[in-house]
Amino acid sequence: MTTYLIKNAKPYGEDAVDLLLADGVITAVGTDLSADGAQVVEAAGLIALPGLVDLHTHLREPGREDAETVETGSRAAALGGFTAVHAMANTDPVADTAGVVEQVWRLGQEAGLVDVVPVGAVTVGLRGERLAELGAMADSAARVRVFSDDGHCVADPALMRRALEYVKALDGVVAQHAEEPRLTVGAQMNEGDRSARLGLVGWPAAAEEAVIARDVLLARHVGARLHVCHVSTAGSVEILRWAKSRGVQVTAEVTPHHLLLTDECAETYDPVFKVNPPLRTDADVRALRAGLADGTIDAVATDHAPHAVEDKESEWASARPGMLGLEQALSIVVQTMVEPGLLDWRGVADRMSVRPAAIGRLADRGPDSHGRPLAVGEPANLLLLDPTHRATVDPAALASRSRNSPYAGRELPGRVVATFLRGTATVMDGKAQK
Amino acid sequence: MKRHLLEAADLDRADATLVLDTAGQIESALAGREVKKLPTLRGRTVVNLFYEDSTRTRISFELAAKRLSADVINFSAKGSSVSKGESLKDTALTLEAMGSDAIVIRHQASGAPHRLARWVKGSVVNAGDGTHEHPTQALLDAYTIRQRLGRLDGVRVAIVGDVLHSRVARSNVWLLTTLGAEVTLVAPPTLLPVGVGSWPVAVSYDLDAVLPKVDVVMMLRVQAERMNASFFPSAREYSRRYGLDGRRMAVLPDDAIVMHPGPMNRGMEIAAEVADSARSTIVDQVGNGVSVRMAVLYLLLGGAPEGTT
Ligand SMILES: [Zn+2]
Repeated sequence: MTTYLIKNAKPYGEDAVDLLLADGVITAVGTDLSADGAQVVEAAGLIALPGLVDLHTHLREPGREDAETVETGSRAAALGGFTAVHAMANTDPVADTAGVVEQVWRLGQEAGLVDVVPVGAVTVGLRGERLAELGAMADSAARVRVFSDDGHCVADPALMRRALEYVKALDGVVAQHAEEPRLTVGAQMNEGDRSARLGLVGWPAAAEEAVIARDVLLARHVGARLHVCHVSTAGSVEILRWAKSRGVQVTAEVTPHHLLLTDECAETYDPVFKVNPPLRTDADVRALRAGLADGTIDAVATDHAPHAVEDKESEWASARPGMLGLEQALSIVVQTMVEPGLLDWRGVADRMSVRPAAIGRLADRGPDSHGRPLAVGEPANLLLLDPTHRATVDPAALASRSRNSPYAGRELPGRVVATFLRGTATVMDGKAQK
Repeated sequence: MKRHLLEAADLDRADATLVLDTAGQIESALAGREVKKLPTLRGRTVVNLFYEDSTRTRISFELAAKRLSADVINFSAKGSSVSKGESLKDTALTLEAMGSDAIVIRHQASGAPHRLARWVKGSVVNAGDGTHEHPTQALLDAYTIRQRLGRLDGVRVAIVGDVLHSRVARSNVWLLTTLGAEVTLVAPPTLLPVGVGSWPVAVSYDLDAVLPKVDVVMMLRVQAERMNASFFPSAREYSRRYGLDGRRMAVLPDDAIVMHPGPMNRGMEIAAEVADSARSTIVDQVGNGVSVRMAVLYLLLGGAPEGTT
């Protein structure tokens, strides 16, 4: 195994030091380190951050390997600076059994670019009728701790209550896609001034907020952990702030696209901007950034959702919702949070690595842990970022098998120069190593 | 004039007035002729690409194109390659490869014409897209108002009914306000879009209060099935509160007119005695539709119609 000596990197953007990575571990941190036989990585000007952890990706395998595979999604993740990604359960077949989650986990191990952590479905077939075998998935080799019917809301309040209660025994968490389905029948975009003009069926903010309000009350009632996926509205941030102030065990994530883009994008009718929950208003974007800055929102999660060309190159209403996110997530956070001064690099590490790892129960897995500090003795999961680099996004150059990037043609700051997974370079000089 | 006619919201006052004036010139050029045809678009091909059944709109466009001597291809999505899953893009590229100069599209998805305009080199005319817009309907409505009342500036127009699901309402809101009319939308709150407050119009829930103060009442088609999704309790209650009957028509100012884009639900939003009254412009609207669509095709595809300057 190669030993790496990283010279003059700035951990968390602070004073430059050298880091020695050997046998999967950070073995030394200090100035003027040297090591015989080590491969030297010149990192002057680069920022070192703990490897990013994504709570929310769609890797599409099994079932839609034409849109993404575990391997291509893993490569996109590594290029984005991730060392662990949670793979959502809405595959075909659905990841609602130990067999399917183990298959996804094993595919991730074989690809060897990031740790692919399967999410288990809450209900059989994501149908929202009865619980899947959550315990079997938790006890499997995939060690599932996050359960979600993402793509669908666990809308039945009694079923949601049982799910929240049941996973307490597994140290698990239910990650809710908050969308009251009766309020979003046929919904295409945020309901407001722009949907009124464009003649597209509106997706009201209240459909998200009502479910979050209900679920934080349920979580409080049964003393369970709740995680809220892709929070998209100012009202949701308010409800979460209230719940946290009352001691409810709730965590939440926001996507890069909801931090940057608004429903103005829908005016082109280009379905690359169609996503669920939809892009909201400027006021929502501001509230989400503030919520992420003050910790009301715990994590940035990509909701990376690859789609084949034919599922996007169509009329808006018949296109599938979702957009790519893994390769640009950190750049978006730099642009929307770091550059305006809302978050420092410690904050970025916290929201993109430490807290998501804690929510997914990945922080305490010995040598397989994620979201650990950049310190001697910790697993060598880290990335090196050039914060001054600016580049224009070219969808054709992405590692994902799909091309549905909403950032095409945008100039974004920051470039992941290198990523290390347990001391192995998965990305070097901005290129995937396998 | 731009290359496409995608939405009335796109038209500025000069463009919109040009279309109406051109329609008037075409009408006079054809008046009294035995053969109602101009040679303007000879050798050009217009495709009517219809994903929704709308015989009246399709025939109106077909007649408009033929009276300009264009070749017309009617492509109905039903029973064609489209029903076998061919995408809009593939269909459009195929039609263009066959030599179409303009595509007139009617589609159930809002924004379909905008997508189409990005894929083809020729002109795209929106003949109604989902619940978004139906710009030529608004143009013919504006033409009809101007014909009957002699002006558009300051004309008070009430648009009554299912604004939420109406592309006719949206197009008329943008076009008529651009041309200086004062528009009031009248509907139960359930049939107005959230966000209507940002439109340059007044909003009322009370038809009786609005009627004495308007020059034009435009009744929108309301589908009785909307009551199944609780937009209103029953067809009877809707018609009692928002239908235009003889009693309500009587409170209109003397020279006020009643419009309807068709097809009408007689007895629902409009009573037969109103539809057939002297105030009704419904038959004029149909005739004017052909002239206005001729003007649009002429302006988009170019060429000077005979007998006009
Ligand atoms: Zn979701």
